[in-house]
Amino acid sequence: MKYQYFPGCSLKGMGKAYEESFLAVSRALGVEVKELEDWNCCGATAYMSVDETKSYALAGRNLAIAERNAGDVIAPCSACYLVLNKTMNGLKEHTELNRKVTGALKSAGLDYKGTAKVRHPLDVLVNDVGLEKIKKHVKAPLSGMKFAAYYGCQVVRPYATFDDQDEPVTMDKLIAAAGAECVTWPLKTRCCGGSLTGTVPEAGLRLAYIILKEAKKRGAQAIVTPCPLCQFNLDGYQDQIAAKYERIDMPVLYFTQVLGLAMGLSASELGIKRGIISAEAVLAGR
Amino acid sequence: MSDNKNKQADLPRVGFYICHCGSNIAGTIDVVEVSKYVSGLPGVAVSREYKYMCSDPGQEMIAQDIKDHKLERLVVAACSPNLHEETFRKAAAKGGLNPFFFQMVNIREHASWVHTDKGAATQKAMDLARAAVARVRHHQSLEKKRVPVDPNVLVVGGGIAGIHAALTLANAGKKVTLVEREATIGGHMALFDKTFPTLDCAACILTPKMSAVKSHPNIKLWTYSEVEKVEGYVGNYKVKVKRKPRYVNEDLCVGCMECIDACVFKEAKFPDKFNQGLGKRKPVYIDFPQATPKVVLLDPQTCIQLKTGKCKKSCAEVCDRKAFDFEQKEKFEEIQVGAIVLATGFKAYDAKRDHQYGYGRYPGVYTALEIERLVNASGPTSGEVVLRDGKKPKAVGIVHCVGSRDAKSNKWCSRVCCMYSLKLAHLIKEHSDAEVYNFYIDMRTPGKGYEEFYDKLLSEGVHFIRGRVSDVTDWAVTPEEEGRLVMRVEDTLAGFVRRIPVDMVVLSTGLEPQHDAQEVRRRFNIGCGSEGFFQERHPKLAPVNTFTDGIYIAGACQAPRDIPDTVAQAGAAAAEALALIDAGFVELEPNTSHVIEDECSGCKSCIPLCPYSAISFEENKKKAIINEVLCKGCGVCAAACPSGSIRQNLFEDDEIFSEIEGVLAK
Repeated sequence: MKYQYFPGCSLKGMGKAYEESFLAVSRALGVEVKELEDWNCCGATAYMSVDETKSYALAGRNLAIAERNAGDVIAPCSACYLVLNKTMNGLKEHTELNRKVTGALKSAGLDYKGTAKVRHPLDVLVNDVGLEKIKKHVKAPLSGMKFAAYYGCQVVRPYATFDDQDEPVTMDKLIAAAGAECVTWPLKTRCCGGSLTGTVPEAGLRLAYIILKEAKKRGAQAIVTPCPLCQFNLDGYQDQIAAKYERIDMPVLYFTQVLGLAMGLSASELGIKRGIISAEAVLAGR
Repeated sequence: MSDNKNKQADLPRVGFYICHCGSNIAGTIDVVEVSKYVSGLPGVAVSREYKYMCSDPGQEMIAQDIKDHKLERLVVAACSPNLHEETFRKAAAKGGLNPFFFQMVNIREHASWVHTDKGAATQKAMDLARAAVARVRHHQSLEKKRVPVDPNVLVVGGGIAGIHAALTLANAGKKVTLVEREATIGGHMALFDKTFPTLDCAACILTPKMSAVKSHPNIKLWTYSEVEKVEGYVGNYKVKVKRKPRYVNEDLCVGCMECIDACVFKEAKFPDKFNQGLGKRKPVYIDFPQATPKVVLLDPQTCIQLKTGKCKKSCAEVCDRKAFDFEQKEKFEEIQVGAIVLATGFKAYDAKRDHQYGYGRYPGVYTALEIERLVNASGPTSGEVVLRDGKKPKAVGIVHCVGSRDAKSNKWCSRVCCMYSLKLAHLIKEHSDAEVYNFYIDMRTPGKGYEEFYDKLLSEGVHFIRGRVSDVTDWAVTPEEEGRLVMRVEDTLAGFVRRIPVDMVVLSTGLEPQHDAQEVRRRFNIGCGSEGFFQERHPKLAPVNTFTDGIYIAGACQAPRDIPDTVAQAGAAAAEALALIDAGFVELEPNTSHVIEDECSGCKSCIPLCPYSAISFEENKKKAIINEVLCKGCGVCAAACPSGSIRQNLFEDDEIFSEIEGVLAK
């Protein structure tokens, strides 16, 4: 199994732990991932609403580069995953946009055909690698641990290609394969606060607080997510949430970290210590 | 001009008539000019314009001209042939001309209605008229054929539509076979407690009709049976029906139900399909006390004897009529009928598909059909509105439009849900002390007494909130919400998002085509619309006819509809079938295709292309053969035949080519 890996800015920055754990788990499972050469910003951020055509060209450049090699593109960051898929769909549906963007890419020596496939690691792990194989690699099952699987909005909306939009289950299955338990809760895809935590904190903090509070109420020891922005909002603002509402103290892990731990990889390999709310106390009990 | 006239000697004499259609045609096309122009064309003996050619004087003029001027061909330039082709064919016949020596030119829909430039439209009308005049010379004299009609009728589906159609036909003296796939007739209506808006008891009005079906001397009732194969054509269908084994002899069982008490399973423990899984049944069961026929049956999935062959068979022992037959096998029977009424009904939308409403996840979430059984006196709780844990709900929320008017699932309005939601709200109020909330997008109550019923509900203290519920969760944020279901909705009248805690949620699921509608459609050779409901021949003027003659549709298999509309439509379908049968024969349009046997190479290309399955292969001669009764004259085979050995009446090569030459000539 060979894939191309599109890290995006998050996995090289504040989501470093996601990259570390994703690559470590892939390696251990024999999934070959090669970083896309000379990749650029996916075009997420506000740029989409500033100049849509240019943002399509920006994202399209990555796709055109990916088309030169074999293998699906894995985009672990939810925003990258969404923007790259949106770009592909947009260029397929709108001929005028396609003409402009492919023309721009051509002038940069790139040939965009629309043949790349952008996948999410949840999709690849569950549908390509398979739960059976993953279970075979689980050497240190996380028995007795209880997690809240929190997907965020972007991996299933609007493109619900590999999971349900309202009640996704792929991450729950992976967590179960790791030997841990998932709480049942209805907030799996509710808003984490998105960029509002920075722009309109009184709204953003409240949204993040809702997720944290409910996860704790349901008995979760940690929240597990596939999204760097969700991870950052839920993990990074807990002091401010404590000042405004109440202290929750809930570690927020990437699902690849959870899988890695169950597969017997070391905490340092998986970037466990990078979390602001320490997961050490919770994980010590496993 | 004189040149033209010189050539006329050996050409058939053509009469040309152009209609003003009031100002519909004459407003845009200079009909006098067209008439003048055509009068100069070769072979044209008469050319006239008239205000309304389809009127009696118009037709009379044509008939008279045929006699007076010894016309041999007729061309009328007027509206669409769909409207008046038949009218002018009759006028031709009245004048003593073979009705197929006629060609119609559509200068209304094809010219005057779609153009504004008078000059160009007039020119176009002239071109089209010239083409028709050139074509009609080559027309042949044709005859309509007649085939006899078998007076027996098959009705498929034993819901209220099938029941009503079968009774109507039987009362008119026709022999009817009613085939129903479930063990009892009654359909969805048998599940209901009350019907809107009159609130009369569904069973009280339905069961007498069910008994009437069972006891009618002209009706043969085959339940637990399915149509397997249909062959033949209008007036002469051969139908093969599969009769599934009940493991109980239907002629012997009297429905005393002692066997059910005697079953080795002391407790009923298997989900009861009739009660939507809310109740339990034993392997030997009857759907409900008034099931028709009142005959028990065995479920092979749960009956120990049928599964393992090792049971005491106490059910059979206690039966003094010796009705049990564990060796019963499915059997096939064949019947001959002249007409078929399809009344195969609908399927309720699967509420699990809308994950946001938590059906199947939260025990407090129900479908409307489940609530129909809960409020029903003969249902699993004897009419008591209680939750799955036996507690009484303090508040109930009814979500309209689940699986209706939704781009993500079904776009159509299911038409009955607003009204049945109101009915359920009323019944829940009547059967409990719960507060009832209706969440609706638009309240749709078009029907006799329907809006009045909505008014009545408003005065009964039922809450109405306009807005689509975004989700149903157990996410509580206030002490009042703890342990309950929270419905979140944007109240679009009040203009803010509300959270309403309830104990019971009712999902008003929409109506969908049956899961096997496509298979059934193919079996009966009829059409389906894009959403999968059976396609009527015309949405307004032929709502119970299909594109296959002799096959009629009634009820919710055609589109979502309520009981009054279903019954009306079933009556209409029965009347159409009667009109066909009582005529005694059908006349066939002569525009059919036929194979020139000497030229056919037997390549079989035409056979799979025929949408009406009219072409078969004669193995002895190795030639294709077209059944002209089944042929609808679509022309696909004639166009596709590689050797050009399929010809179609009224579309012969010389007719088409001369029409093309005519339209292109200047």
